[in-house]
Amino acid sequence: MFSDLLAQQFVHTALAGGAVAAIVSGAIGTFVVTRGASFAVHAISELGFTGAAGALVIGLDPVVGMIGGSLVVGLALGLLSLRGRERDSAIGAVLAFGLGVGVLFLSLYQGYATEATSLLFGSISSVTRGQLLELIVVSAIVMAGIGIAYRPLLFSSVDPEVAEARGVPLRALSVLTFLLLALTTAEAIQVVGVLLVLTLVITPAAAAQRLSANPATAIALSMLIAVISTEGGILLSLVETSWPPSFCISTISFSFYVYARLAGGRSLRSVVA
Amino acid sequence: MSTATATAVPSPVVSASGLSLRFGERTLWDGLGFDLMPGEFVAVLGPNGTGKTSLMRILLGLLRPTAGSVDIGGRRPADARATVGYIPQHHAFDRDQPLRGRDLVRLGLDGHRWGIGFGGRATNAKVEQALDAVGAAGYADTPVGTLSGGEQQRLRIAQALVSDPELLLADEPLLSLDLASQQIVTGLIDARRRTAGTPVMFVTHDINPIFGLVDRVLYLAPGRWAMGVPAEILTTETLTRLYGAPVDVLRVRGRVVVVGTPDDQGAHHDHDHGPEAV
Repeated sequence: MFSDLLAQQFVHTALAGGAVAAIVSGAIGTFVVTRGASFAVHAISELGFTGAAGALVIGLDPVVGMIGGSLVVGLALGLLSLRGRERDSAIGAVLAFGLGVGVLFLSLYQGYATEATSLLFGSISSVTRGQLLELIVVSAIVMAGIGIAYRPLLFSSVDPEVAEARGVPLRALSVLTFLLLALTTAEAIQVVGVLLVLTLVITPAAAAQRLSANPATAIALSMLIAVISTEGGILLSLVETSWPPSFCISTISFSFYVYARLAGGRSLRSVVA
Repeated sequence: MSTATATAVPSPVVSASGLSLRFGERTLWDGLGFDLMPGEFVAVLGPNGTGKTSLMRILLGLLRPTAGSVDIGGRRPADARATVGYIPQHHAFDRDQPLRGRDLVRLGLDGHRWGIGFGGRATNAKVEQALDAVGAAGYADTPVGTLSGGEQQRLRIAQALVSDPELLLADEPLLSLDLASQQIVTGLIDARRRTAGTPVMFVTHDINPIFGLVDRVLYLAPGRWAMGVPAEILTTETLTRLYGAPVDVLRVRGRVVVVGTPDDQGAHHDHDHGPEAV
């Protein structure tokens, strides 16, 4: 029965879409974690939901609305480049308002109530061929952005003071980081849903950080963990049909995190040595 | 002036003239000008809020002075950044941060360039050489967040020197280091200016750790400034004139101690030792 499922077109599309979204999530996650911007991911994701709900109301493709909503918030966060508590509370305030507007849009929307559930908790198994193509195009844009700006992105994330002295444009890179993050978030929403985006964008990067001190290796590991979690989660949900893919994906990625914290005692070893 | 290279009439590496800096109604300095000669070690001293860090930012082309101009090797500061090594004060890195000593140093070489940069043999050789030069090869592969402050500052020096700069700017690089680390860090900076003739501008609130190395002092007081050899600037007369109020410069057990500056009155105190060690 499992092998019958594996032969199905929708399973192939889901696995391909999941892999594409996981790769970009794992890649951008490392820069986001370094900048201490996990909460911003959540805000971008929830405003992506508002954008998607708004698009539904006026009869547009929700994915377009989602990307639009995420980009607006990403751009705002990047331009403001707030720090510390100010950023924390500003994000909290904007996030709550945006989500409230999203709730209004959903109540105005006369379509299926399942749309809301899909947005919030993910619907990877209903990804169409057309959406898969969208995922691939957006991912290619994000990966190209990371590749072109890799060194200044890393420099401005880990060592902003010296990066600025060397002429790295900090604000432009902050905007770039948040725009790439917004595109990535819109990808991840389609796999795991608005509420679980952190499981692909933050958890793999946080786990990878504890497994390697080499920044390039940490990024590669983060991408690998995100892909294994997503593909494993999708397959697991096919076997155990009462478990939604989002649950399975977040469980696997969290397992990696717990493992990395317990066994990846890189920092512990260094303290001892 | 103790220039290491005794060539005929060396030209200055840095020329600043007529620099003024105003924030709103407040004038930090007016008509500030100086030349930095090859191999020269200049300490920038003065209480908080007199624009020491702003001067660094002007030399890095990150802040535009209200008036005046700076020339670094024939270029404007913003165009000369590739030839300037910058050493910041010590900031702790997260223990979890995936960044090894060699990565931090490498960022100083090509972190400002676009692309992934796979690091060819030449790049790796330069990084290796810079690590060796500061004696940091032993912890080149250790996460920087787990290193001591002194070890991190040695890496900072390697990071600043790996690009073979024509000018070194250091902003409180000794802050929160123990005495032994302070000596190592100042020794490395001193060696660079002696062997390569790279002039050093060194912002500090305490001149004592670098007293024996300093050729000239730029003293920034509220609204006024003075520049000259330490024996000329760090005197009761000069500082009293600069501050426009009685200030005493004392020599206590080989240390220079300044008593009576605004920082010393307790109102805006930010170091916990009593009189300000200049």
